[in-house]
Amino acid sequence: MGMEEVKYLSKAIVLAASAIGAGLAMIAGLGPGIGEGNAVAKALEAIGRQPECKSEVTSTMILGVAMAETTGIYSLVIALILLFVNPLVGKLG
Amino acid sequence: MSNIEISGAKILVRFGSVVITETVVNTWLIMLVIFIACRILTRGLTVRGGTKRQMVAEWIVTKVNGLVKTNMGEAFRDYPPLIAAIMALSALCSLSSMVGLYAPTSDLSTLVGWSLMVFVLITYYKIRANGFLGYLKGYTEPIVVMLPMNIVSEIATPISMAFRHFGNVASGTVVTALVYAALSALSAAVFKFLPGALASIPFFQVGLPAVLSLYFDIFSSCIQAFIFSMLTMAYVSAAAQ
Repeated sequence: MGMEEVKYLSKAIVLAASAIGAGLAMIAGLGPGIGEGNAVAKALEAIGRQPECKSEVTSTMILGVAMAETTGIYSLVIALILLFVNPLVGKLG
Repeated sequence: MSNIEISGAKILVRFGSVVITETVVNTWLIMLVIFIACRILTRGLTVRGGTKRQMVAEWIVTKVNGLVKTNMGEAFRDYPPLIAAIMALSALCSLSSMVGLYAPTSDLSTLVGWSLMVFVLITYYKIRANGFLGYLKGYTEPIVVMLPMNIVSEIATPISMAFRHFGNVASGTVVTALVYAALSALSAAVFKFLPGALASIPFFQVGLPAVLSLYFDIFSSCIQAFIFSMLTMAYVSAAAQ
């Protein structure tokens, strides 16, 4: 293989690995999904028991859900960086 | 499949090393819109009676005052303007993508700027409540071994605030772009048999993107503005204790 081909191939491998990495990173979406589902379920229970607390429970729940979302957002940002910024291609030299 | 184009803010003007991007221009535009809206709403205020405009202004002020009072307590009576400004700027920045502008909140720099401001506020209140030495000592609570963790969690606060808002807005942009590309590919595959230019019209792009836009543009924008200001209030009032 010539030098050009090696470069081309190694870039292709890095791109493929980045795409796989982005996909793997998004597995982290599971955690916030389950957590937020639990939070909303409990909030609905609370509202069902005490409907007069609806607005307070809702705003607290939204805040908690936003907190729980953080890890999912981290993985999303990493996936976006891997897909659209391709930082690893630059390391090939 | 190669027509998916997702890019950051375009650079409009360049002065040496200082660049003016779409983000800066759009943020100033939105600030101007908010300023004009405030001027219009607060023109000719009267104690008795009052116009519909005044009712709207009073409703906004009452709501924000109540929100700040319930979340931060009496000690932060002068905070409603900041919270209202963050909320209005964040919501309008995200909503501006609906009129075709580049949403400033889909640029990480905007959110990092805002959350750095919140970080400065948090640090200021911590130092004011405990004194500088007390603030430094707070890092070694409950035991000295926790020092690295405490430093990391202190830095993680603004980063997570910025990333949360950015991630929500940016994911909307990415998902919408992907759905548009997928729908155009799907309609190209399905309507291949149509003659001439008819085959290149992406019929499936009608309808579904509107539902997505309803969620990502309107619901997500307002919720993220609310969450960002709620977190600001929560962190700042927790720092003062």
